[in-house]
Amino acid sequence: MNTKLRKILPKAGFWLLVTVIVLFAVFPFYYAILTSFESGSGLFQVNYLPESVTLANYISVFKGQAFGHNIFNSVFVSFMVVALSLLLGVTASYALARVKFAGRGLLLLTILSVSMFPQVAVLSGMFELIRGVGLYNNMFGLAISYMMLTLPFTVWVLTAFMRELPRELEEAAVMDGASPWIIIRRVFLPVMWPAMVTTGLLAFIAAWNEFLFALTFTLTDDKRTVPVAIALISGASQHEMPWGNIMAASVIVTLPLIVLVLIFQRRIVSGLTAGAVKG
Amino acid sequence: MAQASSLTRARRRSAWIFLAPMLAILAAVAGWPLLRTFYFGFTDASLSDLSTYHFIGIENFYAVYDGETYGLLTDPAWWQAVWNTLFFSVISVSLETALGMIVALVLNQNFRGRALVRAAVLIPWAIPTIVSARMWNWMLNDQFGIINDMLMKLGILSTPIAWTSSPEWAMSAVILVDVWKTTPFMALLILAALQMLPGDCYEAAKVDGIHPVRVFFKVTLPLIKPAVMVAVIFRALDALRVFDVIYVLTPNNPQTTTMSVYARQQLVDFQEVGYGSAASTLLFIVIAFCIMAYIMIGRVRLDEGGH
Repeated sequence: MNTKLRKILPKAGFWLLVTVIVLFAVFPFYYAILTSFESGSGLFQVNYLPESVTLANYISVFKGQAFGHNIFNSVFVSFMVVALSLLLGVTASYALARVKFAGRGLLLLTILSVSMFPQVAVLSGMFELIRGVGLYNNMFGLAISYMMLTLPFTVWVLTAFMRELPRELEEAAVMDGASPWIIIRRVFLPVMWPAMVTTGLLAFIAAWNEFLFALTFTLTDDKRTVPVAIALISGASQHEMPWGNIMAASVIVTLPLIVLVLIFQRRIVSGLTAGAVKG
Repeated sequence: MAQASSLTRARRRSAWIFLAPMLAILAAVAGWPLLRTFYFGFTDASLSDLSTYHFIGIENFYAVYDGETYGLLTDPAWWQAVWNTLFFSVISVSLETALGMIVALVLNQNFRGRALVRAAVLIPWAIPTIVSARMWNWMLNDQFGIINDMLMKLGILSTPIAWTSSPEWAMSAVILVDVWKTTPFMALLILAALQMLPGDCYEAAKVDGIHPVRVFFKVTLPLIKPAVMVAVIFRALDALRVFDVIYVLTPNNPQTTTMSVYARQQLVDFQEVGYGSAASTLLFIVIAFCIMAYIMIGRVRLDEGGH
C-alpha cells in the first residue's frame, strides 16, 4: 500500500501541475472566444461554458467602424516590414558573416544594442523625422519606423546562421569568379530559407503587434493598425464598454497568429534561442 | 598572391556595399531620432510646433526659480514612475523566471502529450500584448469579471475587487498579465538550455540514488545558470521599457505609471516634447547600463567563426 502510494503520488502531482499550466495558459483565450459569441444580457452573466452562440459581435465590429481598414493596414505594414527586413538582412548578414574586415565585431555589437533601445527614447526624434518627410499618418512611415525594431534581430539571427555554413559552399563559386551578389542568390539563398522563415515570422509578429509607434504616428481611424484600433474601442462610459465587440476583434486578429505560431513552433523557438541565448 | 589579395579587397569592397543600405536605414530610424531626442531634452520644444524651440540647458532636469525648484529630478511623479518601473521589473522578472523554470522542467520530461502541452504554453506568447491586456481587463472587470466570480465562488473573496482601477491592486494586475504573457518566453529559453545538457551525469546521479531535487540544485542549476542569466537580462530590458500593457490595462493610474508611460504622457498628451525627451533620455541611460551588463555577463559571441 505504502509503496504503491509512493509511486502514484508523484505521478498524480506531475499531472496536476501539467493541468494547472495548460489551464492557466489557455483559459484566457478560451474565455475571450466564449465572450465573443455572447451578446446582450448574456455578456453580463459569468459563464464558464458556451450558452448561446451568436455572430452579432463579429458583424458589428465591421459595421460602422474602420476595422476592415485596420486589418488591411496591419497586413500591408507587416508584409512590407518582413520584405524590407529580409532583403536588407540577408545582404548585410552575408557581409557580416562571410567577409572578414576591420570593425566587424564592433558593428555587430552596435546593431545588437539597437535592438534594445527603448522605443520611447526615440519617440520625439522619430516623430519629427516622420513629420519632416511627410509620412505622418501613413503606412509607409510606420513600416520604416518598424525597421528599428526588426532589422537588428534579423541581421543578428541571419548572421549567426550564415556563420555556421561550411566554407566550401562558396569556395567553388568564388574560384569561378562569381560576384558576391550572384553568390548570395545562387549559393546562399537556397540553403538560407529555414533561417529566413524564422526571422520573417518574428518580424511579422513584431510588426503585427507593435503599439507605441502606431499609436503615436497615426491620427485618423482609417489609418490605424489593429492593436491601436482594439486599444481605442470604447463605450460611452467606463461601464458601457462593448466587451463583446472588443473580444470579437481580439479573436479575429489573434487566431491567424496562433495558427502561424503553432505551425512554425519549432522554427520560432530556434529563432528565439539564436537571438537570445547565443547572444 | 597578388591576385588573392586583390580578390580579398574586392570582397571587402562589396561587403561594405551590401552593408550600406542596412546601416543607412538603421542610422536614419534609430541613430538620428535618438540623438534628436537627446537634444530635445535640453530644449523647450512643444509638439504643436516642432520647428521653433530654444536651448534651455538642463532646466528640464533641474532648475531653480525664486527659490523654488523645478524639473524632472524634483518631480515626485517622475520618481514614482522610476519606483514603479523598478518594482514592476524586479517582481515580474523574478516570477517569470521561477515559473518559467518550472514549466521548462515539466516540458523537459518525457510524457504522453508533451507536444500538445508545449503548444498550449506557447499560446500566451502568440497573443498580441494589447489583446492580452484587453482580455484580462475583461476577466478582471469589477462587476462582470470571471476572476471575481471564481474567487467568490471559492470563498476567497466576499466582495468583488476593482482589480485594474483600485490603487492597491492595479500593479498586481499589471504584473499578473505580464507574467501570463511572458512566462512562455522564459520557459522556452530555459528549456533550450536544459536540452543541451549532457545526459551522462544524470545517469550517474540516478545510479547513486541521489534525490532529484538535490540533483537539480547541485547539477542542473549551475549548468544552465549562464543561459538563464542571459534570459533574465533580456527580459529585464523588456520590462524596464514596459508600455503597452499598462497603457491599456490601467490607463492614467499613478500607481502603475512607468518611465515609458510617463515620458509619452509628457510628450504627446501634454505636448511637452522637451520635458518628455528629458525623461526618455534618463530612461535610455538606465537601459544602457543594463545593456552593458548584458554584454559582459552574456559573453556575446562576436568574432568567432567566419573566415
